[in-house]
Amino acid sequence: MTRAGADAGVDGGPSLTSLPSTGAEQPAAYEVLGLKEAEYLLIVEKLGREPNDVELAMFSLLWSEHCAYKHSRKLLRRLPTEGERVVMGPGENAGAVAIGNGHAVAFKVESHNHPSAVEPFQGAATGVGGILRDVFALGARPIAILDSLRFGEIDSVRSRHLLDGAVRGIGHYGNSIGVPNIGGEIYFEAPYEHNCLVNAMCVGLAKTDEMVRAAAAGVGNAVVLMGASTGRDGIGGASVLASAELGEGDEAKRPTVQIGDPFEESKVLECCLELLEKGLLVSLQDLGAAGLTSSASEMASAGGVGIDLDVARVPLREADMEPFEIMVSESQERMLGVVEPARVAEVIAVCEKWQTGAAEIGVVTDSGQMRVLRDGTLVGEMPVEALVDGCPLYDLDPAEPEGWIYGNRTTLREEATSEEILLALLAAPSVASKRWAFEQYDSVVGSRTVRRPESADAAVLQIPEAGNAIAVSIDGNGRRVACDPYAGTVEAVLECAQNLACVGAEPLGVTNCLNFGNPEKPISAWQLDRAVSALADTCEALGVPVVGGNVSLYNEGPEGPIYPTPVVGMVGELPDPAVTAGSAFAREGDAIALLGPFSPSLAGTELAKQRGELDMGLPRSDITAVAAACTAVRDAIRNGKLSSAHDISDGGLACALAESAIASGLGCRVDVQPLRERGCSPEDALFGEGTGGFLISGDRDSFDSLGAIPIGEVGGSTIEVAAGDRSFTVGVGAAESAWRSLSSQAEAARR
Amino acid sequence: MRWGVLQFPGSCDERDALRACTLSGDKVRLVWHEERDLDGIDAVVIPGGFSYGDYLRAGAIARFSPAMEAVGEFAAAGGPVLGICNGFQVLCEAGLLPGALLLNEDLRFHCRQLDLIEESTTTVHLSTPESAQVDSRTLSIPAKHGEGRYYAPDEMLDGLEANGQVAYRYAPGQNPNGSARDIAGVRNAAGNVLGLMPHPEHAVDPLTGSTDGLRVFQAVAGNPA
Amino acid sequence: MPRARVLIRPKEGILDPQGKAVERALPALGFEGIEHVRIGRMVELEAEDPARLAELCEKLLANPLIEDYEIEQLDGAA
Repeated sequence: MTRAGADAGVDGGPSLTSLPSTGAEQPAAYEVLGLKEAEYLLIVEKLGREPNDVELAMFSLLWSEHCAYKHSRKLLRRLPTEGERVVMGPGENAGAVAIGNGHAVAFKVESHNHPSAVEPFQGAATGVGGILRDVFALGARPIAILDSLRFGEIDSVRSRHLLDGAVRGIGHYGNSIGVPNIGGEIYFEAPYEHNCLVNAMCVGLAKTDEMVRAAAAGVGNAVVLMGASTGRDGIGGASVLASAELGEGDEAKRPTVQIGDPFEESKVLECCLELLEKGLLVSLQDLGAAGLTSSASEMASAGGVGIDLDVARVPLREADMEPFEIMVSESQERMLGVVEPARVAEVIAVCEKWQTGAAEIGVVTDSGQMRVLRDGTLVGEMPVEALVDGCPLYDLDPAEPEGWIYGNRTTLREEATSEEILLALLAAPSVASKRWAFEQYDSVVGSRTVRRPESADAAVLQIPEAGNAIAVSIDGNGRRVACDPYAGTVEAVLECAQNLACVGAEPLGVTNCLNFGNPEKPISAWQLDRAVSALADTCEALGVPVVGGNVSLYNEGPEGPIYPTPVVGMVGELPDPAVTAGSAFAREGDAIALLGPFSPSLAGTELAKQRGELDMGLPRSDITAVAAACTAVRDAIRNGKLSSAHDISDGGLACALAESAIASGLGCRVDVQPLRERGCSPEDALFGEGTGGFLISGDRDSFDSLGAIPIGEVGGSTIEVAAGDRSFTVGVGAAESAWRSLSSQAEAARR
Repeated sequence: MRWGVLQFPGSCDERDALRACTLSGDKVRLVWHEERDLDGIDAVVIPGGFSYGDYLRAGAIARFSPAMEAVGEFAAAGGPVLGICNGFQVLCEAGLLPGALLLNEDLRFHCRQLDLIEESTTTVHLSTPESAQVDSRTLSIPAKHGEGRYYAPDEMLDGLEANGQVAYRYAPGQNPNGSARDIAGVRNAAGNVLGLMPHPEHAVDPLTGSTDGLRVFQAVAGNPA
Repeated sequence: MPRARVLIRPKEGILDPQGKAVERALPALGFEGIEHVRIGRMVELEAEDPARLAELCEKLLANPLIEDYEIEQLDGAA
């Protein structure tokens, strides 16, 4: 690579004629690119001159919310990130925790909300592709995908279209690449109507000592671009889309959506794992939002080095691409590796074996500069430090709203009986069985899946390599977070911990995706601030580190922000995959009991939603007491004392009973008197929600030592519940019909 | 007994197939799609996945690989071959098995545990489902595919049934894809090449759901080369 | 090089669920009186020897058991 042009100053570069103009009065290019004037002036100051267009495009992407976390980075410093099991923490492509016997699991959850709102199939598919690359970039083989989806109410045509596309997209990518999709959640709430959420989580397995970091190292080492060729996909895609609210004219954004190719990804995945196994890579990084710009700059920043890239060496799909387009392209299925010069030929040979691309496009330098060349001519030169860490970080200006800002809609008649309420709750698309969706995903490939979706509260994967198993859960009920961002976020973390306890697993680490509205608006800022504090406090109290995550802000539609939605993913470990539990009742005659500090109320519940009675406020959880209950359940399962365990969640105790009954085909007879003694009304006891409740079944004799309170027994073909004047009996079959109704609601999209 | 498991770019279930062969108590190795040499291999598995992305048609490109040429010769010499899911599609495309596999009738990918009726290998299929059940067994095996609707013209289907070439059917009411006559798997006229859409390699471990799939591997292995 | 277009469609009588799905959706969009929708695929290519295209279709591009094909020469077919 020659250095022509370096001394003569920087080439002007191409003009940004392909950027959209927004009307008669031409705004400055930096404004179109989403930079504030003060940010632009800071760039000029850091460069000591005006940036050319290549540099401006690169700065605008790296200084976007998506890459720079400029409104959230200060808050995220509150999160506990350390622990003795942590192998990799925030700052790497994904977090990782040790699971024993020299193995670690890497995991991360990431959003692809705005691309999915524009084109749900490709948006969701490439969301899966991106999170897979984050995990195998560490040298971990992806072994599981989970997803967390939010749409508007299912009676909206748009929501059904987005649901259908997102589910097909997730299935298409994960199924084709052979990574099982083992769990997830879907909620339908009006505030997501114009801004759906598509969060995907990936879990990977690696030998701890073979994992690789993303830091570039070794001056003189080659920078090799592997995988797909580079086209105009998503020029400005995620980074521009992710930082602007969606409004009218979204259709016009369609051409910039990235197209996923799972076949290419499968080859790149196998290729990268083989390269790492052979020790041919110094470091590895995936290309995600902002493409080469962010991956190269971040690798350089992490390693404290500089990088020179020559865009003329990048294999292109369209020959006439300008340097700035090549630098910001978000073409999928690409990875960037740092390779010792003597081993480049070996790397290229492995790429050829896997029929995937490989091109030496640059070199690691000691300049501390990110330099972009075209055919050896310099077209951009920026200090790495300015690009990656130079963006100003903003303080939020939070303000608590005066009341409930999201509206209410009544769908349940006032005089509904308990039976009618139960059936309405079970049929609510957020509560109903998600079989329609998860059967479109391969949940068994890899031969690890011990608990498939909906057979237990958390997915369980056997890890013969480490001689044990892991459990994974993902959760985040935005409606409850909207009612109280602090209490609701505490609940999201506790629900994951309870889900893991229900399969006998101990939590090892947390990842999260913070989906919120515009942080520059006081209410969204307040929601974000409270939620991050709750996430920090709860993880701290549980002793579970946050090892990675992602932030998606500016999630708003014409009617305002989405429900604030912190999606929490938690990974745990259990010693023996053969000793776990499911949520289904197991034996006629088993006793049923309640365990834990469960004191439900109707605030923020699915029932309050259906009655149109949502308002601010949730009861606080006693984190320590819930943690103790989790330990009790976990130990009981590990000692084989329970036939079933199910966390009491959406729809309350009545729905939890129905779910355990439906899954087994066995009915139950229960009296909720113990909850009434805690001060609950019959309705609170049946349909109230809150943390700390476990519904367990097994031998009555084993319950005393657990501190569990017997409430009934398994048997018959009806769900029979005594609750004072709200007592009811519902056939298991009738409950199942209601609970299985999502399929007919979702398929209405195809009529 | 030594198995060879083919691996194409885009294969997904090859490691699962390796594990299943090992659990059957046999030796096994991967055969890269560019290999032509099947020396020392007693039986071949063509695993599931999306070979070459399943672009064009599922299995259409993989059939032209060097390894598949070798499998053609191996099968012609009487060697036992098991094609699972994408492997079944490859065998049909290669003409080693009759019929074709089309998009599922409802255009959706389905992953679910199914009951398969194993047709008797020794007696010719009798046309009523009742009599078929008398001399056959039910296996619990997962199926997962979006392109598994078995199709052959009626005359060909009649011939397959008459020759005892229908190996597995979906249990009544469980046909996930609209396959003709509930057919889940077929064998060639000689009986040494077997293909099926459901995944026996995912039914070899009680922890992950069932061990009924081992019977399928044993049935193939028992077929003398 | 001479350009050609190959059209591949499901054989008559083979259930085409994609075509059916489109056909079912048409009335709701205000398209009455459209039936027998069949969905296939189109391959555009440049071939030095167009005479070999039929063989290519038989062997790879189409599956003769379930699909019909048509070859259309676009220009310079000499």
